Amino acid sequence: MTDAATSLLETPLAAIHRAHGGKLVDFGGWAMPVNYGSQIEEHHYVRRAAGMFDVSHMTVVDVTGDQAKPFLQYLLANDVAKLTTQGKALYSAMLNPEGGVIDDLIVYLMAWGYRLVVNCGTREKDLAWINQQAAAFDVTITERADLAMIAVQGPDARTQVAQVLGDDSVMGLDVFVGQFLTGARSEWFVARTGYTGEDGFEIMLPNVDAVNLWTELHLAGVVPCGLGARDTLRLEAGMNLYGHEMDDSISPLAANMGWTIAWLPQDRQFIGREALEAQRSAGTDKLVGLVMTERGVLRAGYPVLIEGLESQGVITSGTFSPSLGYSIALARVPAQVGTHVEVLIRNTPVRVGVVKPCFVRNGKNLI
Amino acid sequence: MSDVPAELKYAASHEWARLEADGTVTVGITDHAQAALGDVVFVETPAVGTAVLAGKEAGVVESVKAASDIYAPISGEVIASNSTLEDSPETVNSEPYGAGWFFKIKPSDIAELEALLSAEAYQASTGA
Repeated sequence: MTDAATSLLETPLAAIHRAHGGKLVDFGGWAMPVNYGSQIEEHHYVRRAAGMFDVSHMTVVDVTGDQAKPFLQYLLANDVAKLTTQGKALYSAMLNPEGGVIDDLIVYLMAWGYRLVVNCGTREKDLAWINQQAAAFDVTITERADLAMIAVQGPDARTQVAQVLGDDSVMGLDVFVGQFLTGARSEWFVARTGYTGEDGFEIMLPNVDAVNLWTELHLAGVVPCGLGARDTLRLEAGMNLYGHEMDDSISPLAANMGWTIAWLPQDRQFIGREALEAQRSAGTDKLVGLVMTERGVLRAGYPVLIEGLESQGVITSGTFSPSLGYSIALARVPAQVGTHVEVLIRNTPVRVGVVKPCFVRNGKNLI
Repeated sequence: MSDVPAELKYAASHEWARLEADGTVTVGITDHAQAALGDVVFVETPAVGTAVLAGKEAGVVESVKAASDIYAPISGEVIASNSTLEDSPETVNSEPYGAGWFFKIKPSDIAELEALLSAEAYQASTGA
């Protein structure tokens, strides 16, 4: 039970996590808190009040230059032309030519260009790919390692953030929209986004300001939460995790990401389009939700058997759902799946129900 | 870091064993084990009457993070199983050496108890 090795990268909040009893583990090369005691209690705080997560390990990349827009229209499967007001965000896959997912990301329209937020575990290959593709465009790619990020999530999150910031203007932000603050905090970007299925903000701010904001939020009653709770929250919300629901060899169509692909206009050439169109006509596996109300926990990697079908599916993420009190999972299965499947739990087949891949949102049970 | 009571014996697989006054042995998992597992959500203990063998699977503990087998630290017959864990598995986290016990064994060879690790040796094995 020692802390993660010192060779790991640390966010500006690492010392404060340790002081607060955070259990730091290796998370994509970063020493990050998995919990500060009970992951389940942290989960409940986010569903019922407000919790905060250090997500400074995520990679922020700014794209500027005259051709930033056509570049991103080529790079991403979703179409940044949909972003027409400053601060507006879009969720997209970044595909390889074979139609596999290099990463999933959020892109914001800014006054000066675009800002991407990509995963930490994929940072190196993402930056290499983005820079490689950027060579043909008049754009500048700038990684913003100088920024920290704090996600404040839960039904009380927005009012608590507004109070701590002393800035009511953030209360006016629509879902999936962000804005820069003013004055001395003009580098602070507050966006109504998240990865928990609850309302809230994600705040990007200079590394040097992170400890102060974290401390003030904590004093205001926002509970520090580890990445363990973040995982159970996102899974209940039916949100994908890169490396689980999709990767370089998985089509976004097999990962419940069809809605993020902008097929129109037909003449927009984006990387992976041709492969995707072929996948669409041939048909792909699909991502479904599984629920098991009996004792036990569904876990990633367990095989999923479908009656009358030889081809199997697989659980991509599984957990005990703290909100529901039983186990839930996301599974990639043949499209012919019916209302029930059998999961092999340590070699014992167990019959479980198939549902839409979304279990809990905004504090409400959707099952 | 973790709590390792001096009066107990330990298996390297993170179970503890306590010799009771009546000659029976109570078994649970260590504080180190519960901390590593995180929040416990299900516990499967052996039924009363089951014959368990030292070092062999005797149950399962599932946390949010993972499923782990529980091994019997010594051989014998299970004479009690902690049924309260069914409704309150979190007791394993809060009181690993108390109310969070798993099962009680009537040992077939009490000498096996002496072969287990001392608190000091167990503590050293966890690197804590």
